Amino acid sequence: MLTSATTTPHQPTSHLLEVRDLHVTFPQPGGAVTAVRGVNYHVDKGEFLGIVGESGSGKSVSSLAVMGLLPSSAKISGDILFEGKSLMGRSDKELSKLRGEGISIIFQDPLSALTPVYTIGTQIAEALQLHDSKLSKLAANSRAVELLKIVGIPNPERRAQAFPHEFSGGMRQRAMIAIAIANNPRLIIADEPTTALDVTIQAQILEVLQKAKDLTGAAVVLITHDLGVVAGNADRLAVMYAGRIVETGTVDQVFRAPSMPYTIGLLRSMPNLATAGHTRLVPLEGRPPQLSNLAPGCPFAPRCPAVIDACRTTEPPLTMINNEPLNASACLRVGQIASGELSRSTLYPVPEPVAAAQRAEVPPEHVMAVSELKRHFPLSKGSIFKHTIGTVRAVDGVSFQIRAGQTLGLVGESGCGKSTTIMEVLELAKPQAGQVVINGRDVASLSAKERRALRKDIQVVFQDPMASLDPRLPVQDIVGEPLTVHGVPAKERLKKVADVLELVGLDPSMASRYPHEFSGGQRQRIGIARALVTDPKIVVLDEPVSALDVSIQAGVINLLQDLQEKLGLSYLFVAHDLAVVRQIADDVAVMYLGRIVESGPTENIFDNPQHPYTRALLSAVPVPDPAIERSRTRIILDGDLPSPTEDITGCNFRTRCPLFRLMDEAAQQKCRTSDPQNRSVNGSDVACHHAEHIDLMTPA
Amino acid sequence: MSMLEEVSIPDVTAANPDIIRSKKPVSRFKLVLSRLRSTPRFWVGIVGLGAIILWSIFGLIPNAWNYTDLDVYNMGSSPSALHWFGTSDIGEDIYAQTIVGLRKSLIIGLLVGPLAAIIAGIIGAVAGYLGGWWDRVLVWIIDLLLVLPSLFLFILIGSAFKGLSWVALIFLLAGFGWMIMARVIRAQTKSLRERDFIKAARFMGVDTWTIIRRHVLPNVSSLLIIDATLGIGGAILSETTLSFFGFGIQAPDVSLGTLLSAGQTAAATRPWLFIFPAAILVFTVLSASLVGDALRDAVDPTSGVNRD
Repeated sequence: MLTSATTTPHQPTSHLLEVRDLHVTFPQPGGAVTAVRGVNYHVDKGEFLGIVGESGSGKSVSSLAVMGLLPSSAKISGDILFEGKSLMGRSDKELSKLRGEGISIIFQDPLSALTPVYTIGTQIAEALQLHDSKLSKLAANSRAVELLKIVGIPNPERRAQAFPHEFSGGMRQRAMIAIAIANNPRLIIADEPTTALDVTIQAQILEVLQKAKDLTGAAVVLITHDLGVVAGNADRLAVMYAGRIVETGTVDQVFRAPSMPYTIGLLRSMPNLATAGHTRLVPLEGRPPQLSNLAPGCPFAPRCPAVIDACRTTEPPLTMINNEPLNASACLRVGQIASGELSRSTLYPVPEPVAAAQRAEVPPEHVMAVSELKRHFPLSKGSIFKHTIGTVRAVDGVSFQIRAGQTLGLVGESGCGKSTTIMEVLELAKPQAGQVVINGRDVASLSAKERRALRKDIQVVFQDPMASLDPRLPVQDIVGEPLTVHGVPAKERLKKVADVLELVGLDPSMASRYPHEFSGGQRQRIGIARALVTDPKIVVLDEPVSALDVSIQAGVINLLQDLQEKLGLSYLFVAHDLAVVRQIADDVAVMYLGRIVESGPTENIFDNPQHPYTRALLSAVPVPDPAIERSRTRIILDGDLPSPTEDITGCNFRTRCPLFRLMDEAAQQKCRTSDPQNRSVNGSDVACHHAEHIDLMTPA
Repeated sequence: MSMLEEVSIPDVTAANPDIIRSKKPVSRFKLVLSRLRSTPRFWVGIVGLGAIILWSIFGLIPNAWNYTDLDVYNMGSSPSALHWFGTSDIGEDIYAQTIVGLRKSLIIGLLVGPLAAIIAGIIGAVAGYLGGWWDRVLVWIIDLLLVLPSLFLFILIGSAFKGLSWVALIFLLAGFGWMIMARVIRAQTKSLRERDFIKAARFMGVDTWTIIRRHVLPNVSSLLIIDATLGIGGAILSETTLSFFGFGIQAPDVSLGTLLSAGQTAAATRPWLFIFPAAILVFTVLSASLVGDALRDAVDPTSGVNRD
């Protein structure tokens, strides 16, 4: 147990894996960085433990330490017991034997975890033969095919001969799982296995992981930053902050009754698909501490709303809550929180929406209208004599409108063409086909001068706040750049820059600093300030919060909502995170393979989706609530997003459509032959022949 | 060439401790200067380089000998109170010769290095940023110049230039010294072009030349500055080679190159003929690279000492 381990450290253990007082320090020229500071946890046979934390909380380092995969410069102290035997001080050879057979690991990036020059089948067979030298090559190969079948790779005999680059991200991750379970390990450590994947693929992988766990009876340690992912899958949970476990308990205990203010804040700050959109999010202010020079006391104290003087001097140990052996929290005021004396719901103040008097008046008009926009890229082959062998239909007839002062959320998986769509819009050039009208003007008919003038009205905020700010320019020059284009004199420019910095909640005196001196959330505010400096009417937001940690996200989303109401802005909000979209958007358009398959008011789309794809997408999103997660059944889509070069006759979703399979032959024939046009069903604009029968696929 | 294509742009997220605290917004130039002032290496380099330049200008005044004078009574003598650096076989004063040679080499180095870097920067950035036909033509020219044996060309063109002064040599050296760097800059620019801040500038309506000047060149500037400083040493070395073969600096003129090549056969027996010019050369190149190093750190807030 977590707490008993600290009091009686040298008793033999009955746990499968037990980590005792683990410390990991990386010596660095600027001073040692202690990434893990006294972590205790255990995993029992067949248990599913989730370790949750933001980037830099030490969750990956502690699991790499278990595998013995840390760089040799790292200093490790404490003890790691696997099946009662210590792993510390073992030779690499002994550990290698244990890896795979005893413990196996699944990494975040399956492309770099697989060797590019060997086929998938060979790599699985290699893992098998390493641990069983008697196994013949033929037997190993046939076992490899069997394993690929288990993890749900279609046509495994042929696929075993493929190289990693021929697999999609989701399939690679399945292959990684196949390698991980090849030798029936007793423990699988999955380090952010789904972070790089889309939600529908994430749902598939999590299901495969559960299946692998059931098949092998292995215990699983799932490391993730996404509370939603663990809610439905894990039995127990450990929350890490600044190199320590700050709260642990069963999933129900932690989600129902979190007792560490950090966990409470994290849960409150997440946009939740089930509840989003009704109130402002509750931001968790501040940033995680630097691990190189940690101040004494609780590392969360500077961000904690319930901080008392004692917090700044003593670091609280993990203390048991209500005598429940599995539930513990590292907070001095844990008693008050557990007993309800300190209310969880009012611990963090909910920000007020913008007062009605401050709201900008917006005329009811369309500020942007895109119709039948197309963007096809020719696919060519040959290095000297290029010839076209196909077309990539990145954007294939997209139409939408944005009303003044409103937000349109454009959602879809990666590769569906949403980024290409906004790039086409932002070019302000004549599109290949279709029409883009901004502020009532068709951009195709603009002269160069008019186009430049129009750029004042439409600005963009990018996904990665580090990449979108020129590292060589101080903030004042970055934010003021759009003004230089329009010939604003330097003095006015500086004044305007100071104004917008104030508006986005940054101190104008920081204007002479460089971007890398700011934290991720602050940088994104700089990006927003730059977009606002020309007083635009429309702001295109390209995944503006997906590169930020959960606790930072909420602040940026709130800011965007406040600014919209104060300035009467219109947003085109592109995202893959549906919960964030529900929080901010008034209307939603769902994209699939270059088309908009469903669009309509947010409430309609989220509560009553009419297109089978929308329904599958929504059901794939994990909700950070274990009760909801357990009660609902997922609609798992088969396979991956088809390549946009493929020519699919009729409806291009039918290859993965769960509704298609439920329909009778005549109806299927219609899907195969005729391309569905957008039509209105129950208040949404849907491109599906059988939207009326959508309830067929509702799981019982 | 594959090695050259893969220079990555530092993408740094680490926090920076040195923050200039002032209420008033400071211009970029002032920021660079204030960073520069706080780097000790900059002072060592600039003092060294300044001393070398001052010495090359005023060093002849206290000396009794001119560089063309021949002291027939002291041929091949070691350093003494009369001849500070000794004399050569025919009685030339090495001190005077070194100073005159240093002047020439400094002028050539200080002009060729930056000139080649400027050509490399402009051509590389234009080829990388514009792409398409511009890129194809420029890369073709770069490759053509790279495959041609430059020494052979130097000799060919050099004989045509023989009548002209050593100034022509500067352009010749710069004209053949920019290609490899231009390829590096082009590769860097190609990856920069896909970065969001360049896209952001495009969508703001910033025109192409402003983007190259304001966003591309500063982001490759650390490479260019290193190239310019290394180019100083490189140019001096190229000049030496050419002079050694008789195609560089011509007879009445002296440079460190001609001195070194004249003295290198005597390095073991009469070391003063070789050691003094060589030591001056090393000192000059070292000072120049210290300055370049400090400059890079000042211009690029994410490199070197500023990183942690």
